[in-house]
Amino acid sequence: MTSTTYRTCPRSGLQFESQAEKLMIVNAVTAVVALLVGGILAIGVVLTRWPTVHWLAADTFYMVLTAHGIDMLIFWIIFFEIAVLYFCSSTLLRCRLATPKVAWAAFALMLIGAIMNNVAVFQGSSSVMMTSYVPMMAAPTFYLGLILFAVGALIGCFIFFGTLVIAKREKTYQGSVPLVTFGAITAAIIAVFTIASGAIILIPTFLLSVGVISAVDPLVYRTIWWAFGHSSQQINVAAHISIWYAVAAIAFGAKPMSERVSRGAFLLYILFLQLASAHHLLADPGVSTAWKVVNTSYFMYFAVLASMIHGLTIPGAIEVAQRAKGYNNGLFEWLRKAPWGNPVWSGVFISIIGFGFLGGISGVMMGTEQLNMIIHNTIYVPGHFHATVVVGTTLSFMALTYFLIPVLFRREMINPGLAKLQPYLFGFSMYFFCLVMMGAGTLGVSRRHWDMAFNGAPMAYEWPGAAYLLMGLVGIAGISAILGGAIYIYITVGSLLWGKKLSAGNISANFTPIPPTAPTAAAQSYGSAGFAAPGTFVLAMVFLVSFVLYYFINWKYLSQVWGLS
Amino acid sequence: MSAILPPAERLWWKHPLDRVEGTWIAIALIWCLTMFAMMVGWHIYGTQNLSTETYKTTPELFTKKSQAMVDKYTVRTETADNIPVVAPPAGADVYLTARLWNFWPILELEKDKTYRLHLTSMDYNHGFSLQPVNINIQVVPGYEHVVKITPNKSGTYSVVCNEYCGINHHTMVSRIYVK
Repeated sequence: MTSTTYRTCPRSGLQFESQAEKLMIVNAVTAVVALLVGGILAIGVVLTRWPTVHWLAADTFYMVLTAHGIDMLIFWIIFFEIAVLYFCSSTLLRCRLATPKVAWAAFALMLIGAIMNNVAVFQGSSSVMMTSYVPMMAAPTFYLGLILFAVGALIGCFIFFGTLVIAKREKTYQGSVPLVTFGAITAAIIAVFTIASGAIILIPTFLLSVGVISAVDPLVYRTIWWAFGHSSQQINVAAHISIWYAVAAIAFGAKPMSERVSRGAFLLYILFLQLASAHHLLADPGVSTAWKVVNTSYFMYFAVLASMIHGLTIPGAIEVAQRAKGYNNGLFEWLRKAPWGNPVWSGVFISIIGFGFLGGISGVMMGTEQLNMIIHNTIYVPGHFHATVVVGTTLSFMALTYFLIPVLFRREMINPGLAKLQPYLFGFSMYFFCLVMMGAGTLGVSRRHWDMAFNGAPMAYEWPGAAYLLMGLVGIAGISAILGGAIYIYITVGSLLWGKKLSAGNISANFTPIPPTAPTAAAQSYGSAGFAAPGTFVLAMVFLVSFVLYYFINWKYLSQVWGLS
Repeated sequence: MSAILPPAERLWWKHPLDRVEGTWIAIALIWCLTMFAMMVGWHIYGTQNLSTETYKTTPELFTKKSQAMVDKYTVRTETADNIPVVAPPAGADVYLTARLWNFWPILELEKDKTYRLHLTSMDYNHGFSLQPVNINIQVVPGYEHVVKITPNKSGTYSVVCNEYCGINHHTMVSRIYVK
């Protein structure tokens, strides 16, 4: 056994193994650097799509958009997720990390891959968008960079699994793994599937780019690429929902309402979430109707069911914990008395609501086979995924960072006043950004499009005035969100550089096993009408009504367009 | 017990469901099945379903068929490039080619008549985005997608390419006239 040390954090009681701790720090810091690059690129994207500004030239715009997509969706999120996987295994199970040397090699591969891909994009001949649909080709290093990054991430997943095995063998805990670790296992299983799909399609495309093979079928490419492209977003869903559970536990001492329900919902993700790559092929030729219907609905919306369950059980667990503390008046005292000044909590709450109402509902619309025809490739699509990936994943990661600054990085946060404000500024700007993008998409405005005025086109189409107004608002909201993101980076990097150093706590050569948890008291006597969390149930019903109304509004809209059969 | 600690009860899966969870799961499941039924039902009762009729094709093969249509049904030409405007009869096979960076030819259709629209791309992926109706279909090279369309209002419609296809992507716009 390699010699290592264990540190017990005096502020959180969490135990960090020194190798795992260093790896979490480098992965998280690299993630933040990727976010910084992606954020700077976002300025170019929004200021070009804002019609009255229309800043960048077409070639620069497409290059910047390609880099923005890859740096944010892949590099920022996956570097951070590797840190989260190490945290959920090594830290939560109080166990040493499996093969730390290999973990460093995995990090090096990911870093080299990320830099190689960025260099390829900024050289200008790889403006193929994140999706890089063949036969449009990028430079070979574009694909090679992604492949190296993916191999590194895959190794990271296996180190996570290996760490679980060590924890079990060395008996660092008893019984089952914590729910948050279970969620991380879900994310890692999905990640293995995702990365394998990416390898299956990117390796032939790389070989095509260097001339070893002569063609990759465009439709086969789209089908397999999306098993990578969409599934990678499902890793995020599993990861950020695990973080929501973790924050509910950290900020409120909330325990899951029922382990069975929450773990069952994660199991539904493992079984059905991957089918959703079909969402991207609904407007494609060559794929049968039965295939589309079964896959796009996650068989029978079983993954949507799982998300709706998490959407209830997380606030529900918080409500139960708050009521137990005495915030038991009316339906919503538990929520009013939540620590709204704590960015760890406010970030997660804004993330939950935005992910559900904006990201979740719009995602089901786009993923309905027929409704997809009035949405496919319009700017509604980025409206949707900024609600899921930015409001859902990125904002959750930001909230978690505020927890990690004193706990993992051992620094006092600089400027806590600004940190208090950040989730609100960033979160609400993103809400508005997503809404106006979806509005413009409903009017048909295209995504990935340099000039909605069609300058130089002999038969230019004139978008309605409202579309121009909405795209102007996209620009304003986007800049406001970028400002929120900049504050996050300032606080995080600033705290690491100039924040007061905090004590490391006790360091020991051996781990302290997790003591068995005391069994819970009998059933809750709080709440009303036999409901332990009546306030949450009311919120859930508000969600359901919005969902149902918006769903049928879209069908009404579809029924008025040209007949298609 | 907490989400970041192992569950206290070893047999956590025997822990009873709270009523709020049970009720919500039942409601959510009904809604999920309703949405599934809606999607299947629209194939039976709805009039907007995307056809899946698809053939493998090549630029040469498709050009031959679309040229034959253009030779037969051209009524005039438009724009400086003299793009033909074709007015095929109701029920006809209509060929629309997407390529860098235009659609060819321009179509003139009749209201409430059904046409078999054949879509393909000569080079990269393109998008068929019919505005202001807002119907969007992916156009993939090597595949001929046959979509039956029935315009329900007369007017001048635009076809915008909404799949990124290179530097002049934003100039790739055409028209469909409906009489």
